[in-house]
Order: sequence, then C-alpha cells, then structure tokens
Amino acid sequence: MIDLTPRTPYRQRTGVLFGAVMIGHLILISAQVQSKAGVPVLEGVTFGVFSRIQGGAAGLFRGVAGTWNSYFNLRGVSAENEALRQQVATLEVRLQEQRAQAQRADRLQALLGFKESTALPTLAAEVIAGNSNPGLLTVTINRGTADGVQADMAVISPKGIIGRIVGPVASHPARVQLLIDRSAAAGAVTERARAGGVVAGVEGDPPLAMDLVSNLADVKPGDVVVASGTDGMFPKGFVVGTVEKSERGPSLYRLITVRPAVDFSSLEDVLVVLVPARGAVPDDLATPEVKK
Amino acid sequence: MRAIGVVIALAAALALQTTLAGLTIHGSTAVNLVLIAVIYVALAFGPVAGLMAGTVGGLVQDALAGGIVGVGGFSKTLVGFLVGLLGAQFIVAQSLPRFVMFVAGTVVHELCYQALFALVETRAFRMPWSAAMIQALVNGVIGILAFQIVDSGPGLLQRRRARGATLSRRQF
Repeated sequence: MIDLTPRTPYRQRTGVLFGAVMIGHLILISAQVQSKAGVPVLEGVTFGVFSRIQGGAAGLFRGVAGTWNSYFNLRGVSAENEALRQQVATLEVRLQEQRAQAQRADRLQALLGFKESTALPTLAAEVIAGNSNPGLLTVTINRGTADGVQADMAVISPKGIIGRIVGPVASHPARVQLLIDRSAAAGAVTERARAGGVVAGVEGDPPLAMDLVSNLADVKPGDVVVASGTDGMFPKGFVVGTVEKSERGPSLYRLITVRPAVDFSSLEDVLVVLVPARGAVPDDLATPEVKK
Repeated sequence: MRAIGVVIALAAALALQTTLAGLTIHGSTAVNLVLIAVIYVALAFGPVAGLMAGTVGGLVQDALAGGIVGVGGFSKTLVGFLVGLLGAQFIVAQSLPRFVMFVAGTVVHELCYQALFALVETRAFRMPWSAAMIQALVNGVIGILAFQIVDSGPGLLQRRRARGATLSRRQF
C-alpha cells in the first residue's frame, strides 16, 4: 500500500535530490541538442532567459535613468519657466510703461500743438492728485506760484475748459476746481445761436447745466457750448461741451443740460492759462503779509 | 560496501552490454543489462541508490554509445527512482513482483527514452512496442535470475564450505 503519512525530511531530501538530478540531465541534454536555428538548445534557452533578464534590467535601468533625467530636466524646466515668467512680467511692465509714455507723448504733443495754436500764454501742468474730499470736485496739479500760477486762472485742455485755479496756491502744487463742481460756473454761449447763459456743475448725468438762457432762445441738443468770456476768467471761444437736452422751463429760462467736452474722469495733462482773471487779486497781494 | 557493490554491478553490466551489443531484435537491443542493474539496485537498496545508479549507469552508457549524453541517464534515473520508490512501498521480495518491476521499468525506460529522442530530434513519437516488450521480458527474466543468483549466493558458499570441511575430515 502507498504510504500516505506526512513526508519525512529524508523523503523530502530524496525528492529534492531527484529533482536536481533530473534538471541536471535536462541541462546536459539541452547543451548537446541543436535547435532549428542551429544553436544549442541550452545556449538558446540560456540566451533567451538571460536576454529577458537583461532586457528587463536594461528596461529598468532605462526607466530609472529616464525618470532621473526627466526629474533633472523638469527641475531645469521649472527654474527656466520661473525665470521666463519673471522676464515676461518685467517685459509686460516695461511694455505698459512704454505704452504709457507713448500715450503721454501723444498727449503732450497734442497739448503742445494746442499751445502753439493758441495765442494765450499757457503753462503745461500734470495732474498729480485727485480730490480727497468727495464733496468737492478738484484736482491737484504740479504747478504753483513759482511757475506763475495764480488763483482764478483758467485751466484748459485741447478738448475744452477744465476749471479754474482755486486758492491758496502753493509754490509748486495748485488746486484746480473742475467745472462740473456744484460751486463752479462759467459764462457760456451756444456756438450756433449765440444764446448766452451760465454753465454750472450739477448733480446728475450729464454733470453740467446751462442756466439763464431765455425760453425764447434757439437752443437745441447738439449745439456746442463755448465760453463767452464774460466771467473774465475763461478764455472766450473755448469749448465747454455739447447741449444734450434743451426744454422750455417753467419760468423765464430754459432747462438745458450740457455734456462736457472734457472727460473729467481721466485728467492727466492740462494747460494753465497764465492770464489773471479780470478783477482777480494776485495771491501775493491777497496774503496778510502783503496787505500789511 | 554497498556503493562498491553497486559500482561493480554497473561496471559488469556495462562490460557485458558492450559485448552483447550485437544481440538485437528488430534493430533494437534485446537486453539492457545496465537497466537491469539499475532496477536491481533500486529494488535492493531504495530510491536514492536507484537514482544514483541510474544516473551513473545511464551517463556512462550514453557516453560509450556515442549519442546524446543524458537521454539514457535521464530515463534510467527516472526508472531507478520510481522503482526504488515503489520497492520501498510494496513488498517485492517475491519473484513475480520483481519480474513485474523489471518489465514495467523497462517499458517506462523505453517510453521515456523514445519520448526524449522524439523531443530532441523534433520528430513524431514512435514506440517500438514489440522490441520493447521483448526487451522487457528478457530484462525481467535476467533480473529474476540475477536476484536468484545473488540471493542464493551466500547459502551456496556456506554449503560448499560445509561440504569441503566434511570431505577434509573424511580424508584425514
């Protein structure tokens, strides 16, 4: 009968010995047998097995090397990407600066052309600050008494009237009250019908209204409103804006709204008309020290 | 002592096999004395001895035959181990079981031998059953005789010694 009891170490050793001997025989036979390709089977099998191992090892090595190289390349690419990003940011800033300089050059060129075309003595100034008080619509320019700027001098731009200098005026900076301020006003006349009145700042849109124009006057939307010069401050003939709405008023005067010619939201460069307002007192004379 | 006996048996079998190489049936050798020696050793001493005897005997026989070394060795190792294993599991002290073991061992050896050659030569498997069965029967008979001779050897010597002593006393 066959012994089904668990194998003893002796029997296990016998089995191992048998397996080893049989494998040895197979290897010995394979070493002598030629395959169809004319290569000994042992050599072929050995070559095949080791070629797979070599292939696997080579693949593993290539993978590790590739990963390693990719890692370093990625590190280099990352650093290069960061440098390029910084360069792009720098170039964008420079581009914006150059674009701003070009626009500024255009504005200054236009301002210079306007300055040369007008007979008025003017002084170019740059808006350096806006208004800190929401109740007042003023801006600050970089010109002052040192540059001959006085209070109540008109401030204009190639597009039209901006406002006037309000005191006190410092040696370099000065404040400009915009025409759209509620307490600002200018003598004006419609260019087509020569209907005179006063343009003042109002709350609303558009921010200018033309008062004291008779109901009988022929004022229509689209009429250009220019300074009349009657206020002794703003030069005559300079554009104030365009009539947007003109209605007959309940009293003697028409209800006229005017769209300013100047875009007050983007003031950068202005011209100060260096002509003192008629009846205006120079700042140096208005100061207490001078009065004494 | 056992190893020396195995080596001597194998050497004798190889020597006799080479002298009997011309004895063939249908182109096949009618008797395989080395295989008989391997099966004998396996039955007498167990699977490990059978395995080692098969390995040594087969390899030497292959080497002397001039063919592919290892085919006979593989077959004889397999037969030696299996016969040794079966001899350890079954009672094979009688002649019939031993005869069956010799016949079966020879058939298995031939099957394995032909299969290996078919594999090595990449040809279809062909088993010369008639020659194989004849060789198996011859191997079985010779194997049984070998067991009988070896088993009766010590008793025969003792009887001869005893008879010699009696004769001496009669002379003197």
